[in-house]
Amino acid sequence: MQKRKISIKNLASKQIIIPLAALLLLVIFNLINDYTFFSIEWGQNAAGGSILTGSIISILDEASELAILAIGMTLVTAASGGQDISVGAGIAITGSATLKIIFNPNFGEGTAVILAILMAVLAGVICGAFNGVLVSAFKIPPMVATLILFTAGRSIGSWILGGGNDNATNGIFLKIGQYIPGIPIPTTILVTAVVIILFALIFKFTNLKLYMQAVGINSQSSRLNGLNPTMIKFLSFVILGICVGICGVLNTSRIGTINHSSCAKDIEMDAILAVALGGNALSGGKFSVTGAILGAYIIQFLQKTLYKIQVPASALYAFKAVVVIVLVIFSAPVVRESISRNWKKLTSKKSSKEVA
Amino acid sequence: MKKKILSAIMSVALIATTLVGCGSGDSASASSASGDAGSGKLIKVGIINNDPNESGYRTANDADLKKTFTKENGYDAQFAYSLKNDEQIQSAQKYITDGVDYLLLSAADTVGWDTVLKDAQNAGIKVILFDRTIDADPSLYEASIVSDMNKEGDTAVAWLASQGLSEYNIIHIQGVMGTAAQRGRSGALDTKVAAEASWNIVTQQTAEWNAENAQAIVQSVIDAGTPFNVIYAENDDMAKGAVAALDKAGKSHGVGKDVIVMGFDCNKWALEELLAQNWNYDGQCNPFQSSYIDEIIKKLEKGETIAEKTIIMDEKGFDASTITQDDVNNYGI
Amino acid sequence: MNKVLELKNIHKSFPGVLALQGVDFTLREGEIHALMGENGAGKSTLIKVITGVYTKDEGTISLNGKEVSIKSPQDAQKVGISTVYQEITLCPNLSVAENMYIGRTKSAVQNWGKMNEDADKILQSLDIPAKATQQLGTCSIAVQQMVAIARAVDMDCKVLILDEPTSSLDEQEVAKLFKLMRDLKARGVGIIFVTHFMDQVYEVSDRITVLRDGKLVGEYTVAELPRVQLVSKMLGKDLDDMADIKSEAPESQVADSAKVIEAVNLSSDQGIKPFDFYINKGEVNGFTGLLGSGRSECVRAIFGADRVTSGVVKKNGKEIKIKKPLDAMKAGIGYLPEDRKIDGIVGDLSVRDNIILALQVMKGFFKPFTKAEANKFADEYIKLLGIKTASADTPIKSLSGGNQQKCILARWLLTNPEYLILDEPTRGIDVGTKIDIQKLVLKLASEGMSVTFISSETDEMLRTCSRLVVMRDRKVVGELKGDDLNQTMIMNTIAGGASDAEA
Repeated sequence: MQKRKISIKNLASKQIIIPLAALLLLVIFNLINDYTFFSIEWGQNAAGGSILTGSIISILDEASELAILAIGMTLVTAASGGQDISVGAGIAITGSATLKIIFNPNFGEGTAVILAILMAVLAGVICGAFNGVLVSAFKIPPMVATLILFTAGRSIGSWILGGGNDNATNGIFLKIGQYIPGIPIPTTILVTAVVIILFALIFKFTNLKLYMQAVGINSQSSRLNGLNPTMIKFLSFVILGICVGICGVLNTSRIGTINHSSCAKDIEMDAILAVALGGNALSGGKFSVTGAILGAYIIQFLQKTLYKIQVPASALYAFKAVVVIVLVIFSAPVVRESISRNWKKLTSKKSSKEVA
Repeated sequence: MKKKILSAIMSVALIATTLVGCGSGDSASASSASGDAGSGKLIKVGIINNDPNESGYRTANDADLKKTFTKENGYDAQFAYSLKNDEQIQSAQKYITDGVDYLLLSAADTVGWDTVLKDAQNAGIKVILFDRTIDADPSLYEASIVSDMNKEGDTAVAWLASQGLSEYNIIHIQGVMGTAAQRGRSGALDTKVAAEASWNIVTQQTAEWNAENAQAIVQSVIDAGTPFNVIYAENDDMAKGAVAALDKAGKSHGVGKDVIVMGFDCNKWALEELLAQNWNYDGQCNPFQSSYIDEIIKKLEKGETIAEKTIIMDEKGFDASTITQDDVNNYGI
Repeated sequence: MNKVLELKNIHKSFPGVLALQGVDFTLREGEIHALMGENGAGKSTLIKVITGVYTKDEGTISLNGKEVSIKSPQDAQKVGISTVYQEITLCPNLSVAENMYIGRTKSAVQNWGKMNEDADKILQSLDIPAKATQQLGTCSIAVQQMVAIARAVDMDCKVLILDEPTSSLDEQEVAKLFKLMRDLKARGVGIIFVTHFMDQVYEVSDRITVLRDGKLVGEYTVAELPRVQLVSKMLGKDLDDMADIKSEAPESQVADSAKVIEAVNLSSDQGIKPFDFYINKGEVNGFTGLLGSGRSECVRAIFGADRVTSGVVKKNGKEIKIKKPLDAMKAGIGYLPEDRKIDGIVGDLSVRDNIILALQVMKGFFKPFTKAEANKFADEYIKLLGIKTASADTPIKSLSGGNQQKCILARWLLTNPEYLILDEPTRGIDVGTKIDIQKLVLKLASEGMSVTFISSETDEMLRTCSRLVVMRDRKVVGELKGDDLNQTMIMNTIAGGASDAEA
């Protein structure tokens, strides 16, 4: 009995081992290739403030949106057993909502930023609610339901902003995409950290995780245990919507303007990939948000590595695809199980030899 | 919940109406008397374009077409938008059935047009291509009004060479690989770099027209500590992303500063950056084909022949040290 | 009689488990041979060794006296061993004939006309009510099973293994299946019959082999092994426990006290006729009737699991509004559903999470139990109900059926309900656990809990319930208590002969 207890514990922790191993491989590769990759140095930003610079900081910075989306996407995946492919288009919408307020000359800088964030989150919640209703109440498969916003979202964003695309000059707003004076790390990293901590607290002080898992694994049984599966699936999309809202603010604050056709392009695929890399089943059920967040940083780490070794532009996606295929295969439950089985065989052989 | 769905549907419907609304709003200002107004009969044109939301270029292009092809100017114009070739071909067939006089086409894809254009020809409909060429027999269309992307690249590279730097260390940010704009704009730079010893590429990578990717590419060069003094971005968005990375790292850019910033497409906000001396150069990709098309139609209506089928539009390159507010207003898209 | 299949000294072990230890098994030509044992006794392993799903560690398998080597299910089929599983493994969207011939044609070209003709011939000869061209999914489960058997028969099988074939069939369908089994027997096919239903074993089998803890207990003819003996052989102990239950039952007939839960004129969108129902404090009553007579639908309506279309539910005389299960839970009602896999367990979640789920939901979204609390609850009930699990962290789906059921029972006991509905709590679980559950029900009632107990096995109901509501065609047709509580009266009432026995 005791022995079994340990092996099951190992199995549970195995979910996180694949992304960790992938991260380790990337680290080792970069150490060999050029160890200065990991150096973090003091530098100065445009405003003259001291800042920390280095590839690691850049990775953490650039993966912010993806990490936040990965959290929401994990919840949607868990509860609904499907994915939201409209998050990229959603960012076009929430980003436009953000800029609509920022460009409005009637607000002061501070007021505009607060209003813009509220507006972006509201826009995100509306998008999420729209998807959520289609999936939970109308029982449309998530991929199909979110196809609507995936197709229309970028046009909606362009309509929200009207012809008024411009360069943002709101200093406070631009600090979100850059640095807050006196703080040496990019603001986006802080925002991401706050979001992650917030979710950690939500998971600790509410039953969100238990409910979403229960509904995702067996929604009929959940209903008979007093849960409301429709509501919970809906909620997962709304939460993802909030994440999309935050990402809209981060994304637009980096550049200060928006291109509806190319902003956050293909980010939905990376977010889904992050969920999968985190060892989560895309068919829903049990989930690990930590894994998905780790997955997001791995994707950015990989991208950075490819830039660093100057992969030819025409081959960039082929390289990425090869690495992703390997990672996804290794994080597939079937492969994981067979690896652990063979590993056990190997170790048991070893120990029997030792005995002999 | 039901209310939410309704509101979402409403918003979708609203977009559809506003898209149409934009165009008609613009047309009010264009009230110049048309030369053909005397005949009293409107020329029916069917216009097939890509989705105006595709890019700022396309938005400007669509607005320009809507401004020219109005009732006041003697046209009865219909518009169809799609980024998909088969949908565009369907629209073309519909126009042929409707019996338009002219078919104006910016094709999503270069192939697959032979049959439908032959149908058009048999129906006596004249075809004019704009913005994009297709792989079809030139006899199937009257004229093709295009940008010369190679020339855009050449103009930009010539401008860069005229800056007389002792050494060029260039971050080259490419568009979606294989597109005409990318090939034209990359080609000119590649040729120059291969020919000149003092021209070096620090990094050459695709950001797929995307600002965030461009920012990440420049950031990775900064992180590696490799020196550079030119950013050659193949569109404005990517230039903007690159500048965001420079700002973050405290590197100065613009006229008389450490890094020369070059972009393409002449978005209004990009030209404003030039005006503010934050960027150095922006190359035009002219979206205003409507006046060329208008001219050709008038000629054809008078029975004249078109001497040269392929018409290459004038395209400018703006230098931050010479650009004026008027330029921004006239050429910004 | 000719020995068709002979297994000698079969050993099979998995890491940490000796699943089979020196088991012998003999199947003769033209006999129906029941394989009995509690869950975990080694029945499934033995079947899987015969069908080539598992490879044996030791021992020999002979077919008609010749030793054979079976390494895969294909090998088994080739030598004439076919299996029909509890869950249909055919393709519901193909036609009956296609299902019978799928994967068997040797040539690339299929003569569809001939195939359909052949299929019809076989179906007719076996008296199976299906047409060759009919889509399989449109047939009842029983007919689908028969088609699977027909497929096996047509493949010239000498050994047919039926693994829990009757668990989703109603009585008439079971009768049809048995007729088919007897036909096959007459043709000389040897049939291995695995089931939990003891009645069925005695109705159709010739011989019984009993396994316990991976070892052979013995092989008996039906005549030499009375039921009580069979149960004691499966359990490995004498049947004092069963006797206990019987003596306890009358005691639980508490004198008419207050009605705890009462339903008046209740009906739901599941097509049951409006019915009245009540249960007293400390009472155990039950719904009986054929499968599909509306037993489950009645209790689901009380629990708010289906949409209620008319009537009211009262608790202690006061009307309560039950629109969804949570309302019922808050009113002190617990419901262990009929289908454990679909409605009961949350498969990937741990035993602990499954046990605390209902109470946690009642407590509220913002009030999660601490890890310590959750562990305390789980450990308490694992111990109390004797749930066999590696740990509270083990996913519930890896437990045996009986232990899963105990977890669901624990889930509801943890909510400390005043009224507990148990819908088929003993289906598909081993005899030992069945007895445990029945005893527990009586104990809970003696402590004042009201329990409604539903079971397809009338014996169980008679042992535990003091009052039975009888249903026929989605309608309550009678109520039996006291001296009327016996097999004959139940059958009569179900059949409609004695519907006026109780007013």
